[in-house]
Amino acid sequence: MPSARGFYLENERAVLGMATVAFVLVVWEGLTRGWWLWRIEPIFLSAPTAIARTAVQLFATGEIWADLGVSGLEFLLGFVTAVVAGIALGLAAGWHRQTAFALGPFFSALNATPRVALLPLIIMWVGIGIWSKVLVVFLGAVVPVYLNAVAGVRTADPRLLTVARSFGSSTPRVFWAVVLPGAVPFLLTGLRLGVGRAMVGIVVGELYAATAGVGFMITVAGATFQTDKVFVGVILIALAGGLMIESLTRIERRVETWRVKVGAAA
Amino acid sequence: MAVKLEAKGVCVEYYQPRTENRLLAVDDVTLHVMDGEFVSIVGPSGCGKTTFLGVVDGLIPASTGRILIDGKLVTGPGRDRAVVFQDASLLPWRTVLGNVLYGLECQGINSRQARERARHFVEMVGLQGFEHHYPHELSGGMQQRVNLARALVVDPEILLMDEPFAALDAQTREVMQEELLDIWRRAKKTVLFVTHQIGEAIYLSDRVIVFTARPGRVKDTVPVEIERPRKLAVKRDPRFLKLEDQVWELIETEVKKTMLTDRSVRSLPTDAQRDAGT
Amino acid sequence: MSEEAWRAAEGASRLRTFYAKHDALLIGIGTVLVFLLGWETAARSGVVNPLFTSAPTRIVRAGYRLWAEGDLWRHIQVSGTEFLAGYLMAIGVAIPLGLAVGWYKRLYFCLAPFIDALNAVPRVALLPLIVIWFGIGIWSKIVVVFLGAVIPLLINTFSGVKITEVRFLKVARSFGASELRIFWTVVLPGTVPFIFTGLKYAAGRALLGVVVGELYAATAGIGYLITVAGSSFQTDTVFVGILSITIAGVLSVELLNRLERRFDRWRPDARSRP
Repeated sequence: MPSARGFYLENERAVLGMATVAFVLVVWEGLTRGWWLWRIEPIFLSAPTAIARTAVQLFATGEIWADLGVSGLEFLLGFVTAVVAGIALGLAAGWHRQTAFALGPFFSALNATPRVALLPLIIMWVGIGIWSKVLVVFLGAVVPVYLNAVAGVRTADPRLLTVARSFGSSTPRVFWAVVLPGAVPFLLTGLRLGVGRAMVGIVVGELYAATAGVGFMITVAGATFQTDKVFVGVILIALAGGLMIESLTRIERRVETWRVKVGAAA
Repeated sequence: MAVKLEAKGVCVEYYQPRTENRLLAVDDVTLHVMDGEFVSIVGPSGCGKTTFLGVVDGLIPASTGRILIDGKLVTGPGRDRAVVFQDASLLPWRTVLGNVLYGLECQGINSRQARERARHFVEMVGLQGFEHHYPHELSGGMQQRVNLARALVVDPEILLMDEPFAALDAQTREVMQEELLDIWRRAKKTVLFVTHQIGEAIYLSDRVIVFTARPGRVKDTVPVEIERPRKLAVKRDPRFLKLEDQVWELIETEVKKTMLTDRSVRSLPTDAQRDAGT
Repeated sequence: MSEEAWRAAEGASRLRTFYAKHDALLIGIGTVLVFLLGWETAARSGVVNPLFTSAPTRIVRAGYRLWAEGDLWRHIQVSGTEFLAGYLMAIGVAIPLGLAVGWYKRLYFCLAPFIDALNAVPRVALLPLIVIWFGIGIWSKIVVVFLGAVIPLLINTFSGVKITEVRFLKVARSFGASELRIFWTVVLPGTVPFIFTGLKYAAGRALLGVVVGELYAATAGIGYLITVAGSSFQTDTVFVGILSITIAGVLSVELLNRLERRFDRWRPDARSRP
């Protein structure tokens, strides 16, 4: 039978974490309701209960689904194309030196530039509809996916390559049987980093110029001082990003049980 | 000769408040080391000998029992003891000289004399010219020399050595053993040396104490009456070989016990193990 | 074989060794040149409309003009101030806090939910709130830069402390070192490489913060220059702005790499790391 102290030690992290969060929420709520020495206008700060109420309302009326749908579609189109292109180019560049030399300068330049800085150009080229967001998501995600795919192929264990060749494997077969499985953890790392960049792309793209989407909702709500709605949008974005990154991290951990390497940072 | 170090009924029990599990690592160890004596503890891996050394150093509290040095109770790490750690554990961001100085710095000594003293011990372990190298630029043997110098420089009365040569290749190990005896003779320290290598223990020590498998208990003490100074050739002396057999017989059943309880080692049971009733 | 043939053969083989030695550079430069030439030709021949795509020579000319008129420098100063102020504030907060959170387990347990939450939100999504709170002046950008940079730096510093090796702690304790000395001689030096990794990440996030903040709502700065030029179809100027940002990004990372190398001599793998 674990004692109370045993229970606390077992769950110390959760107990302390929840206590602090509860404390901050109460202080926050109190600030807008004048429980403490001075009061802050809810229009500036909002309050936990107000945010919760707005969230319920947005979902109940179904108002939010249109924005979520647009953002989701943009994300899906941009991210999937980025993954396909990034992995294909990355595997090619990792395996074939000359390809890497040719692509290198472009990806280095892209990597050094926050891709959202290209938004004004992108808007000029494809307008403020959904495609500008798809493109900026693509550009954001393709760089880490590519860089990690290259790193994954390059770290193929030379001993395994020698073994495979000494058994007389052909080059394509070595690639499929030895190099590609070894690169999987790196590809997953690339995907995880790519999700983060894609989220930034969606949000900034919609903040900057859009007609729908969660980022658009935030920016309209902000401009009209609907602070509650801004918070709901921010929380939704955090949940979506957190969920995707968490599931990719889990997959990574499962894959890494047979391999202790970590991916290259992008 | 006076008794330098005494352990009286030392037990170490690990207790996890989270799961409320208890694990006995060291069980009722009573032993002593004379002033200037070289004593080794031999036992199968995981038998608690390193834990026991930690208790002597004062890093690990004994659950029951006590450690006395010159008759005084040990309550924590002190200047009269210094440890030569198993993996050299050199601070990678300090040079050889910086690492040797570290012990002195911890005791609040950081003067010109301290540097001179550190330099002297770097030379004593044969590393002159390497003072400003970083640990990663040194071989395993050289790292252990720094480890030894770092312990010697604080001028402890007792050296506690925790399998310091375990990670070295066979030839380097032999050379280091011979040099250790030479340094010990010159520095006149009391040494408590932990190892799982029987030959090493006999070659270095005045007495060899054999531990049982976990929980570690004193199984027997074997005196080594081979005259000093000992050359490496002594390892082929019939007396040496006889001692080796004697210690191995004491330890053999213990080693097999650990092999059976250690799930990572899978082997076919031998007659001895079947006899042991497992 | 005649003298000339010999010379020619020798010259050819020298050329080949030169290529083999520098193939990375040659292929890289070659591809970039082809790309730039193609772009220029397409724009000049009217295959694409230079109003939308600009062209390398037009970008260079626009860059020169903006620089000579002092406009570019003025915007760089504003963006640079925002970047530096936010980045330095992030360093001032993240490193001490990261060390404390790594050292005191319970402090970590208390703050973990907030760190995790901030880490999950793209900080630029907070811009509408930040603009409500701090206006569209320089402070909203400083805050978004700070928020962008503080999280990766905090997390890296924290992991550096967490990863402190127990064997080094044992050495220090065995020599009777005080907790304060253990912190300065064991924990902090081991954390330095992690802090540098964090600083590099943070620089990227800080740059992102400057750009997005200025795209979103500003009255000056490179991001502002880009957005104004974009809405008035001055594509050349947009490219000049983007290139300035790229150069700033490359320079800041290179600067940090140099600084890191000075602290890094003791690391066995210092040269092989990316």
